[in-house]
Amino acid sequence: MSRQLRILVPVKRVLDSQLKPRLLSSTQIDTANLKFSINPFDDIAIEESLLLKKRHPDLQVSTHAITIGPSKSQDILRNCLAKGIDKATLISNEDKGGDGVTLEPLKVAHVLKEVVSKGEVDLIIMGKQAIDDDFNMTGQMIAGLLNWSQATNVTKLEIVDGTHVRVVREVDGGKETLLAKLPLVITTDLGLNTPRYVKLQSLMKAKKKPIEKLDLINDFPQVDLQPRLKIVEVEEPETKKQGVILNSVDELIAKLKESKLV
Amino acid sequence: MFKKAIVSIRYNSLKKSNFYYRSLSYTSERYPQVQRDTKFKRLNEDDISHFNSILSKDQILHATPDNPLIIYNEDWMKKYKGQSSLVLKPKTTTQVSQILAYCNKVQLAMVPQGGNTGLVGGSVPVFDEIILSLSNMNNIRSFDELTGVLKCDAGVILQNAMDYVSDKGHVIPLDLGAKGSCQMGGVVATNAGGLRFIKYGSLHGSVLGLEVVLPNGQILNSMKSLRKDNTGYDWKQLFIGSEGTLGIVTGVSILTAPKPKANNVAFLAVDSFSNVLEVFKRAKGELNEILSAFEFMDSTAEKLTEKYLPDLPFPLESDQEGNEPSFYVLIETSGSNKEHDDNKLESFLEKVMESELIVDGTIAQDETELTNLWNWREMIPESTQMNGGVYKYDVSLPLPDLYSLVEATNERLKKFNLMSETESSKPVIAAVGFGHIGDGNLHLNIAVREYNKEVEKVLEPFIYEFVSSKNGSISAEHGLGFQKKNYIKYSKNDNEIQIMKDIKREFDPNGILNPYKCV
Ligand SMILES: Cc1cc2nc3c(=O)[nH]c(=O)nc-3n(C[C@H](O)[C@H](O)[C@H](O)COP(=O)(O)OP(=O)(O)OC[C@H]3O[C@@H](n4cnc5c(N)ncnc54)[C@H](O)[C@@H]3O)c2cc1C
Repeated sequence: MSRQLRILVPVKRVLDSQLKPRLLSSTQIDTANLKFSINPFDDIAIEESLLLKKRHPDLQVSTHAITIGPSKSQDILRNCLAKGIDKATLISNEDKGGDGVTLEPLKVAHVLKEVVSKGEVDLIIMGKQAIDDDFNMTGQMIAGLLNWSQATNVTKLEIVDGTHVRVVREVDGGKETLLAKLPLVITTDLGLNTPRYVKLQSLMKAKKKPIEKLDLINDFPQVDLQPRLKIVEVEEPETKKQGVILNSVDELIAKLKESKLV
Repeated sequence: MFKKAIVSIRYNSLKKSNFYYRSLSYTSERYPQVQRDTKFKRLNEDDISHFNSILSKDQILHATPDNPLIIYNEDWMKKYKGQSSLVLKPKTTTQVSQILAYCNKVQLAMVPQGGNTGLVGGSVPVFDEIILSLSNMNNIRSFDELTGVLKCDAGVILQNAMDYVSDKGHVIPLDLGAKGSCQMGGVVATNAGGLRFIKYGSLHGSVLGLEVVLPNGQILNSMKSLRKDNTGYDWKQLFIGSEGTLGIVTGVSILTAPKPKANNVAFLAVDSFSNVLEVFKRAKGELNEILSAFEFMDSTAEKLTEKYLPDLPFPLESDQEGNEPSFYVLIETSGSNKEHDDNKLESFLEKVMESELIVDGTIAQDETELTNLWNWREMIPESTQMNGGVYKYDVSLPLPDLYSLVEATNERLKKFNLMSETESSKPVIAAVGFGHIGDGNLHLNIAVREYNKEVEKVLEPFIYEFVSSKNGSISAEHGLGFQKKNYIKYSKNDNEIQIMKDIKREFDPNGILNPYKCV
């Protein structure tokens, strides 16, 4: 009987990375009618778990995607199933505000700790950050709560002997290679892989696959969901000034002089 | 951060289009049968000083030995090259009018130029015609949020107009690969069709008014916002598709559409052209009002594009045996209700899959994938010209005959032993077909290592004769320009050609506007 490698991939449904959100009020973003997709870093985490499964017929690799969110988050779980993820779980937070309102990283970490504590996970692969709130700390917090090792911002990942993981991380101005023993938390960076497209046939089949449904409040009574942070204000970025096209070097010099830049 | 990474992927792949620079010979040398018309004056110092009295110094560009005004003299395909020594860049309609009145009086020939993305050699001079560039006339004049009517200068770049109305919840009823460079005046002057034609129809319907300067300097203004106006002849229609031969378009009033709140893109593999047509028929029926694009491309086109976009993974895999499907189809839906559209599209796809009309496929899961899937269609033109050049034929054909032209052309190139994907001694790399199935519009692109008379003779008039024999059009959307001027007879009869000539004479009796082209 070969060794098991049970991978958990937490994913989040976020406002599509290509959209420019507008403010609804000074503390809220207008998300009505906008497209939501899987957080791109999480998509990379999903892809990596699928690649590990393909690369390691020597191990019993199983993949499990999990998300905390509204029932619409099932869409991203379906895509994960269509791409080849074995199991999907939705922890519904519908009553806790639904769309747009997300839990703080520490709360997410606590919930995921409860999931992992059931003892069926050897490796967590997750995005280094969600592109909506840009916290970049959930992975680190889970590792802390579980007292597991962690490797963040990973751009290359290998399983060694079924017991260890060798990773390459981008560090300032170069690369760093680390070796760590399982169990482990990995957070993914852009260079790790390019996520696949979902195959139409598999997407249709995935419609019939079951998604495990849990309820944030009823199924996780131990977790205190009271937020510790308060959003005071959100602001739109400053708009870029329009450029001008000049016809000659002379004109450029004149403009630079005008703006006292030379 | 994430956006930046995506942008840089796209940018890197685009950068490669700056393939090595080949020096291109002049159109006048390559087509010696076309002679400069001696009635036109040659530019002299008096003319220059007159233009100096109309325009400021920075609005006039002169050719010098160091700067022969290449970007204005050469066309997008690097196929046609003029020898103009002067580019005028007016900022106002009055300046355009003064320039034209003068040129008309002294008989100076001129070529109007927008973004210079035209594909039939219409936007560059043949000899020494003055280039009148509209790019300095780039202001939005007004936008009415209630009616969606946009009024703008002719030189506004299509992409800028799109971004402007998009912020206000609208879309320009036209989209094409050249959107980053082509101008509103240019798309009107060519009556461009593009990718959304199937949904929004022709510019003949969405352009509500124009401001046009006639060769004698007269300004004709109908910058209206009326959807209905049956007060006699609708003269502006003549200028839509006039290819710069009747007047200069200086202002455009266009009806924009409410921006769809939901977009979906599916990319499908199909193994025969008759199945492409069957999928189209079903898409029209089932997707109906939300179908906004139905594009097809053959696998050879995608093979060239894969070489051009090495950083972008192809969306579909070959099958177990490594077989490539023969065709790909891109379907776009746009509507106002995401769930409704998703359901419609999914049930449609399920059915065509069950009927085995498609062999594989994918749906974009997010906007990044959506843009990337579109790249596999929109980057074909650039991919086919990156190795030296491309002969482009843009034709309308009855749907059942559409692809047979590509097959016939391939056979012919093989018969004359001119084509090889690998052997660099052969001038032709491949002949590929793609286009807007929804509009019966085929783009036949012949990717070549160099422009070559022998190849041209094998292709023309063969292709035009083929199209004519099927009662098609030799120019579906790109126009006649310089390339197809002499082939107009394959699509129009003698009486039709005569009335076009009469119209030209009426508006431009001295023939100063865009000579040697169109009619
Ligand atoms: C990558 C690519 C994709 C394309 N895809 C499509 C497509 O899908 N569908 C389609 O229909 N076309 C397509 N085209 C060709 C299309 O004709 C042009 O892109 C566009 O319509 C021309 O606009 P422009 O501003 O660049 O005009 P130019 O190329 O500068 O000029 C085109 C013609 O219009 C005249 N002209 C330009 N501006 C004015 C003006 N203000 N007044 C009077 N005359 C003027 C010129 O004299 C010339 O004859 C494509 C081109 C490229 C390069």
